[in-house]
Amino acid sequence: MAVVYEKSRGLTDAELHYCPGCHHGIIHKLIAETLVELDLLDGAIGVCPVGCSVFAFKYFNCDMLEAAHGRAPAVATGIKRTHPDQAVFTYQGDGDLASIGAAEIVHAAMRGEKFTTVFVNNAIYGMTGGQMAPTTLIGQRATTCQEGRTVQQAGMPIRVAEMLSTLDGCVYAERVCVTDIPNLNRAKKAIKTAFQKQMAGEGFTFVEVLSTCPTNWGLTPVKAVQWLRENMIPYYPLGVIKDKGLEVR
Amino acid sequence: MAKELWKGNEAIAEAAIRAGCDCFFGYPITPQSEVPEYMSSHLPKAGGVFVQSESEVAAINMVYGAAGAGMRAMTSSSSPGISLKQEGITYLAAAELPCVIVNVMRGGPGLGTIQPGQGDYFQATRGGGNGDYRTVVLAPSNVQETADFVQEAFDIADQYRSPVVVLADGLIGQMMEPIEWRPVPKRQLPAKDWAACGKKGRDHTNVINSLFLNPEECDALNQRLTVKYAEIEKNEVRWETALCQDAEVLITAYGTPARIALTALDLLREQGIRAGLFRPVTLWPFPEKALGEIAAEPHVKVILDVEMSSTGQMLDDVRLAVEGRKPIRYLGHAGGIMPTVEEMIEAAKTALKEAQ
Ligand SMILES: Cc1ncc(C[n+]2csc(CCOP(=O)(O)OP(=O)(O)O)c2C)c(N)n1
Ligand code: SF4
Ligand SMILES: [Mg+2]
Repeated sequence: MAVVYEKSRGLTDAELHYCPGCHHGIIHKLIAETLVELDLLDGAIGVCPVGCSVFAFKYFNCDMLEAAHGRAPAVATGIKRTHPDQAVFTYQGDGDLASIGAAEIVHAAMRGEKFTTVFVNNAIYGMTGGQMAPTTLIGQRATTCQEGRTVQQAGMPIRVAEMLSTLDGCVYAERVCVTDIPNLNRAKKAIKTAFQKQMAGEGFTFVEVLSTCPTNWGLTPVKAVQWLRENMIPYYPLGVIKDKGLEVR
Repeated sequence: MAKELWKGNEAIAEAAIRAGCDCFFGYPITPQSEVPEYMSSHLPKAGGVFVQSESEVAAINMVYGAAGAGMRAMTSSSSPGISLKQEGITYLAAAELPCVIVNVMRGGPGLGTIQPGQGDYFQATRGGGNGDYRTVVLAPSNVQETADFVQEAFDIADQYRSPVVVLADGLIGQMMEPIEWRPVPKRQLPAKDWAACGKKGRDHTNVINSLFLNPEECDALNQRLTVKYAEIEKNEVRWETALCQDAEVLITAYGTPARIALTALDLLREQGIRAGLFRPVTLWPFPEKALGEIAAEPHVKVILDVEMSSTGQMLDDVRLAVEGRKPIRYLGHAGGIMPTVEEMIEAAKTALKEAQ
């Protein structure tokens, strides 16, 4: 029988622990496929965050380090500077990257550290049970803003890809989502481009992936995708935000 | 070998390079800034990596990444910066990663002073981060020892897969002294086959991790660490004594105050007072048994602990070692004021009088 579809070699056989309808697993798959397709898997070193993807080290079939909350970009700096020829990536949630680890990601981007960050923005603290994140939308309910986030109380949500793109060291920043096949393909291409640019030594590369958290949004998997489309994409527009290579050309 | 004049902080950096340090990550803070300054220029020339991090938090996590990927990694700072590193240190200890952390202590608490201090003894020996862990703490008392200990620290770290702290103070960091680049003992070191440095054909992934949600697994990590710490306590405890064989007053001190005490001993003996010095060289493991035995000698009437700390921190360990067998007195200053020879002589005489 012809093989139509196979699990990527870039993933282990461990069973994913993510909730039904969660996009973390899909995003893992795209990274794993990219590492295999670019023939980077054998030398790759990944850094996982504190958040729902804390166990990503069980799922990626490459060497992995589990970092303290928010510190993955510093950990990756230590790895990439001493292993300049190998593919290095961080996988981080929005609480991890945009809140407690804001300094680490900004400075890694400023220094133009040659690793790739995949930033999973689900507008909530998933792992700890649905508290407000810096990315939580205005009006969105969370367990620490039960009537919905207000500007007065918490300010406007942070657009990380745009912010990092102002830094010269960040050569590539794109925002994608994985809600349907066309978007999935775009997300895959973005992740692939990021790793290619990393390996070409161009600088810091960043892919923000809008992601669902049906569990803490209190929605079914199908409704969660709809909510992401209707609420997140208008505030967090999809597309290439920065591509230094293109600017030069 | 000819002696060379070296400033303490620069000797720390040079010693690390001679010990094969692959990478250094640091952030400026007085009185240790000459360490990153020296490293920024000399480490890359020796083939290593230097990064000035955005904070001490980032620096220690860069160490975590590099050490986790199998490199000889180091950071240095001074007291307030070491506070920020505590999160990283407990992760390094939990993930069993070797690295060297130098603290050129200044006075605290808070922003304190940029003058020398010893107020970080608790933080270094008790574990300033969360959870049950220990770090080996080497306490040099002059620039020569600092250069020696920094080199040895890398081997100790690699042997036990554990962070090693070199606890110096601002005086040692800023002082220039003639030193010799003498060979330090080299150890047989295990291969770093655990490092997450890329599979490169390996049939399994290497993972550096400190999360064990399953209580049995977390308990197993703690058991393993406990066994390791017992091993370190057995093998690595170090101390030095001076004129202890007949001492009636026994001074306990480490680092700079121990050095000042050597002068006080001579002057006390000239005045007919038999004074001795017990100097812990490793603060963890603390030379509890050795101190306890000397303190139990009938000729020892009283113990005088001297530190650059207001309340006394090593004092707790001295008390635990002495177990109430002899009276203990304390002399200490903080805020960058060093105990003088005269004060030590006065305090020793008073302590002896009170004990008799
Ligand atoms: C220093 C520290 N503070 C707080 C926590 C608790 N904590 C664990 S996960 C998490 C939030 C993670 O949210 P996010 O990064 O958005 O990831 P998600 O779970 O949504 O994928 C927090 C606050 C921690 N582990 N460490
Ligand atoms: S809590 Fe949310 S982010 Fe976490 S696994 Fe479940 S759906 Fe995904
Ligand atoms: Mg989140």
